[in-house]
Formats: sequence, C-alpha cells, structure tokens
Amino acid sequence: MDNTALFLARVQFGVTLLYHFWFVALTLGISILIALMETQYVRTGSPQYKTMAKYWGRLFLINYAIAIVTGLVNEFQFGMNWSEYSRFVGSIFGAPLAFEAMTAFFVESIAIGIWVFGWNKVSKRVHLLAIWLVAWSANYSSFWILSANSFMQHPVGYAFQNGRLELTDLTALITNPFLFWQYTHTVFSGMATAGFFMIAISAWYLLNKRHVSLFRRSFKMGMISALVSMLLVVGTGHFYNQYLARVQPMKFAAAEAHWDTNQSAPLLIFAIIDEEKKTNSYTIALPGWLSLLTYNSMDASIKGMKDIQAEYASAFGEGNYIPAVTFLFWSFRIMVGIGFWLLLLLAITLWYWKKEQVESSPGLLRLIMISVPLPYLAIATGWIVAEVGRQPWLVYDLLRIEKGLSQAVSTASIWTSLILYTGIYSFIAVAGLYIAYKVIITGPQD
Amino acid sequence: MDLNTVCFVIFIFLFVGYLVLEGFDYGVGMLLPFLGRTDIQRQALIKTLAPVWEGNEVWLIAAGAFLFAGFPNAYATLFSGMYLALLLILASLIFRGAAFEFRDKVDNKIWRTIWDWSIFWGGLIPALLWGVALANLIKGLPIDAQSQYVGTFGDLVSLYTLTGGAVFTLLFLIHGVTYLTLKIDISFLAKLLGMGTRLCKITIGVLVLFGILTFTNTDIESKPVASLLLFFPLLATYLVSLNLYHHRFIRCFIFSTIAVVSLSLAVFWGLFPRIIVSSLDNRFSLTIYNSASNPLTLKIMSITMLIVLPLILGFEVWKYNIFRQRILLADIQLDACTSQLTHMLGQLKTHIKHAYYLADTMNSTMDALRSANGNVISRLKPRSLILVFKKLPRKFLRNKDE
Repeated sequence: MDNTALFLARVQFGVTLLYHFWFVALTLGISILIALMETQYVRTGSPQYKTMAKYWGRLFLINYAIAIVTGLVNEFQFGMNWSEYSRFVGSIFGAPLAFEAMTAFFVESIAIGIWVFGWNKVSKRVHLLAIWLVAWSANYSSFWILSANSFMQHPVGYAFQNGRLELTDLTALITNPFLFWQYTHTVFSGMATAGFFMIAISAWYLLNKRHVSLFRRSFKMGMISALVSMLLVVGTGHFYNQYLARVQPMKFAAAEAHWDTNQSAPLLIFAIIDEEKKTNSYTIALPGWLSLLTYNSMDASIKGMKDIQAEYASAFGEGNYIPAVTFLFWSFRIMVGIGFWLLLLLAITLWYWKKEQVESSPGLLRLIMISVPLPYLAIATGWIVAEVGRQPWLVYDLLRIEKGLSQAVSTASIWTSLILYTGIYSFIAVAGLYIAYKVIITGPQD
Repeated sequence: MDLNTVCFVIFIFLFVGYLVLEGFDYGVGMLLPFLGRTDIQRQALIKTLAPVWEGNEVWLIAAGAFLFAGFPNAYATLFSGMYLALLLILASLIFRGAAFEFRDKVDNKIWRTIWDWSIFWGGLIPALLWGVALANLIKGLPIDAQSQYVGTFGDLVSLYTLTGGAVFTLLFLIHGVTYLTLKIDISFLAKLLGMGTRLCKITIGVLVLFGILTFTNTDIESKPVASLLLFFPLLATYLVSLNLYHHRFIRCFIFSTIAVVSLSLAVFWGLFPRIIVSSLDNRFSLTIYNSASNPLTLKIMSITMLIVLPLILGFEVWKYNIFRQRILLADIQLDACTSQLTHMLGQLKTHIKHAYYLADTMNSTMDALRSANGNVISRLKPRSLILVFKKLPRKFLRNKDE
C-alpha cells in the first residue's frame, strides 16, 4: 500500500471519529441533566420540569440520531480500511466493541424508544427509569470504547502468539491505568460540553426575555454542572499528563516541543518549531515549570525527543519515531487555553449569578453564546494530541501504522469512501443544525 | 459443540436477529412511497417503526462487533473485500437513520420528500446488498492463501448473487406487509392484502429460481439439512398468502419471519464450518477455526452472550409490548390538529392582548381629550369629535353648518 492510501485512510478515520464524538460528547452530559430534570418533575410534580426535560430532550435527540448513524460507520471502518490491524488485534480489540454493543447499546436504544414515544404509554416512574438508563448506558458504553483505545495507547493483558496479539487477561484490559485517566478526562469533558451548551442556549432566551423562569433554571443547572466538570477536566488533565510523561514520553515531549533532555525543563508558551533541525526559536517560556508540573519538582529531569528517538531506533530499528511536533504543540496549547478560558468565564458567570446580575448583563450573555464552539474545538484538539501523538504507532510499541492498513483495498476505493462520507456528513450536519435552529426559535412547548 | 461452533451459532443468532427485525423495517421503508399517498398516511407508516428501528439496528452493530471479536480474520476479509457494497449499505443507513429523526421536524414538502426517499433507499439498498453478500459467501469469493480478497467489485455481481439480492428484498417486502397488517390503521388493509398476495406469488417464483441456482452454483447438495431448509421459505411464503386471505395476521407475521430465518439458516448451514468460501481453492476458505480468536476471547464472549442474550430478549419483548397498539390515522390527524390549534390559540391570545392594549390606549387618549380644555378639542374635525364624545357636542363647533 502506498502513502496516499495510508494518508487518506488516516484522514478518514480522524474525520469520521471526531465528527462522531462531537455529537456523542454532548449526549454524555445532557442525558444526565435531562434525567435530573425529569427526576425533579417526578418528585415535585411541577410541570415546568417536564417542559424543560422535553425541550432539552428535543435537542438531545438530534445529536443522538447523528451520533448513532455515524457510529455505525466507525464500527465497520476497522474492517474496511484497517483490516490488517483488525486481524492483528481482533481478539483483544473486538471484545470491548462487542461488550459495548451487547451490554450498553441494546439498553440505550430500547430505553430511548420508550423515553421518546412513551410519555403517555408508561407510568411516570418507568419513564424516569428509561431516561436514567439512557444516561447510564451512554456513559457506560464510552467506558468500553475507551478501553479499546487505551489498549492502542498502552497495551496490557495480551500475549504475542500466532503472529498476532491475543487476549490473556480481560481484567488487565479494563483496569488499564491509561483507561482510568482517559475515561475520566473524556466523560467530564462531555459533561462540561453539555453544561456549556445548556447555558449558551439559555443565555439566548434570557437575552430575548423568552420563557425566562424556565431558562433561569436551565441556566443554573448548566452553570453548576459545567463549572464542576470543568474543574474536574482540568484536574484529571493534569494527572493524565503526568501519567503520560511516564508511559508515552514521546507523545508528551512532542506536545511540549521538548527536544533535549535537561533538568529543570521550561514550559513553553510560544515557540517557532523547526522540525528539520529539531530546535525551537523565538520561545517564551516559564523556566522549570514543565518539570514542576510533571514531577512536582523544579529540578526534575525530562527526557527530550532526540534521546527518545535514539532509544526507539536502537530498540525497534531505524526510522522516524517523532510525531508531528508543531501540530501537537499547538493543539495542546489550544486545548489547555480553551479549558482555562471556559473556567474563567464560568467563574465570572457564577459571580454575576450570585449578585443576580446575569440577566441584566447582555455582554456576558453574548460572550457565553459566542464561546459555544470552544468546547468542541477543545475536544477536537484533545483527540488530536491523543491520536496524532500516538504516531507512528497504531498499537503503542507493537504495530506501526502502515502495517495496519487493508491490503485488498485500492486507493481509489478509499478516495470514494472519503468523498462520500464527507458529502453525507456535511449534509447531515447542515440539516441537523437547521433543525436545532428551528427547535430553538420555536421554544419550549408543553 | 466446541467453543468455535458456539460462537458461530451466537453470531448467526445476532445476524439473523438483525435480518428479522430490520427486515420489516426495510420492508416498510420500501413500501412507504407506494402505500402512503398523503403526508398523514406516511407519518402513520413511519410511526410504526419510529420507536423500534434503533433497537433493531443495534442487532447489526452487535453482530458486526461479535464477528470482530470472535472471528477477526473473517471480519477483516469480508469488509475489506466487499468494501464498496458495505460503503453503500452504510451510506444508505446514515440517511435512513437521520430521516426518522429529521423528517417531521420541518413542515415543508421538499424536505419531507427527501427524507421519505431516504427511508425508501435505506430499505432497498441494504436489503438487496445483504442478499447479494450472503449469496456471495456461499458461492465463494476470490480469496488467496493470505486470506486476502483479490477480486473486484464486479466479481460480487452475477446472476446467482443478484437473485439472492432479489429474494431477500422480496422476503423483506412481505415481512414489511405482514408487520403492517398488525401495526397500521385498518384503512390500509385492503391495499396491503392486494400487495401481499401479489408479492407472495412473485417471491415463490424467484425462490424457485434461487433454489435451482443455489444447487448449480454452490456445494449445498452435500448438506442435506441445508438443502431441506432451502424449501422452507417456499412453504412459509405460501402459508403467508394463505393466511392473508383468511385475515389471520399474527400467523402471517410468524410465517414471514420463518421465511426470512429459514433462508438465512440455509445459507449459514451450507457454509458451516466455513464463514467465507474461497472460489480459488477450498483450502483458502475462512472457517470458524482458522479465522477465530484465541480460546480465551471466545470463552469470554460466549459466556457473556449466554448471560446477556435472555436479558436483551426480555427487554425487547417488553418494548414491543409497550408499543403494541395499532397506529391510527385519526391519532396522527388529531396530533396535527392539536398542534395547529395550539398554534392558533397562541396567536389568538396575542391578538386579544394587542386588542386589549389598543382599546386601553384609546380609552386613555379619549379621557385625556375629554378633560382637555376647548383649545385642543376645537381644532379637531367633527368626525373625530363624534368618536370621542359619542355625539357631536355643539358647543365646541365654530361653524354649526359644517
């Protein structure tokens, strides 16, 4: 297989997975928030909570529909574009996918049918159970798929036999420490996205003085959940990165553009990176801070990419083991920057809320509204760091990316599928946004 | 039965479950443009699927994932080999899934037509192509010693495989008809019965052709059970038409289910213990042994499935029980009317409010005018004065003849 096919297949994987996850991220958090609203409705009997649950449910369902149809593509993409990879790891990688389908997707799809169409067909409590099942299975299913991804990042519980990887320990697979950090970081970021989405939409209604009491409640809910989960996202991100420095030093060093091993490593804020010469210029840095953040000590030594490259070359043979440094460096900075910006914005919002001045501050409401693409951008850059940073490995230290590509598939076929998916996904996204716009303009109904 | 066989049986269960459950979804989808003349009728037809299609599609996801985990070699060869066919299936399923969620959200004719046809093609393409794919599995694909597919898209298409596609499409259509006889407004019945009877006749013809071609194109004659199973769909289809005539709809649905199940089982029984037959050399065929995962994975997968499957089935039964009622056209019309009436009521409320404000403003204006001194009043025209004072106050008029 030539490089064009490899490149196209990688682009296709990145685009289809990221697109899928954008819609999934919102469903992870918003399903919980809707379940909380309906719980309030069942407990207090206040019809406003029912209207709220139904309203946010409509926006949730648009996302959910797009998430489920694009998920189907991902499931078969491993066999279509990456069939050699599928042969190599199927015994381990297929198992979490099967667990996900059998223990989560069945529950989720059935429960969502009951939730949407069962308002007058089942009792209040059963209906409440349905939305909690949806919320549970959405977050539980992501556990399995992330356990599959964590295996690619940090393989555990396997043996190399019969020319492929075979599962030897399922417990190791699901207690992978990598999975712990990845799962918490991902799920909290989904909740933060949902919370932020909720306050941004509520801000629009508050700005236009429509359904004020309903959206005041939604705003408060979204604000609290976004703030709490943003703090958790930043917290887990910090420890995730400390962990990364130990298990994936190359990815870690690339995201920090850290070329030379040294003690008291500086934290770069800005740099022009020369990947050919392996140096940085025009740097703005906080001296010693990278060591401090990573090993809690200003003088800790951090390995640079040049040394890690030499180690890899002696262990796995000649070749380039350094991923796309500039891309990773800036993706990482955009993600972290957005994280802190959202945290600041949420803190300011909370302060205004305490003073009961949110509704009389159109500037703040507008700022929240225009910031709504930011969590999505942070999710995209976060996954770029995780996946592009894994290169050139498909399974870390075990399978290089070019070995995983399908042999029976021509470049023309991959072109065809890439163009077709791009066309369909764009069409669906436009149609979905149009309907979401319609739902927002129409407003809540009983 | 050894572990590999157990896993293969579970895979067949999941995949045939998918064909049975999505079979009627696809059938109803294909019938949609022909049965639904008005928008209300189409809404009713779609509503028979709306709460269940997602759950049904999960059977495909589960079957795919199970194949990946249990028989990764077969998964890899199959989907990289049938690349374009699978791409078409996925593309049509994306549109179909979106259609269920998007269609009714916008009241616009072109918009709704787009999604109606998405549901139609999202039924026809998968039905046809899964039929073609199953026929190909048993007929044999050009697979070399490294388990790689070495043919082209054209190699998937032949008279036999196209007949396979046609047979599955027709069976799904009948399955859709029998599902609708149980689920849709009685006003559709006459049309459904006519269509169902005609479809059964055509299907019996095509099934006979498919049976003959299966004997000439495959090695199924070496498997007596599989050969026998091939006759079941014929019998079942005949029984569907017979029971349609007698209006015994539950039996109709059972027999159309049997038709789909027995035909798929005939193919899988003919395949066993192979998953994909190699047309180049039988030694290159992918079997449940040379394409399987290691025993530990197979063991974990089969134990989990045996625990989870009864729960899933129970859950499915519960769901279908909740949504067992027929979809009535009157309900859909009522819903449409209710939403229109709510909308009109909202408008009316706004109008009344505005009228009230207007009256209020006029009253205060009149009060102001009444209490104002003659300076203002005397400049007004007589017809304005009538409006304010109800009658013409002569004392303010400068010219009595005016």
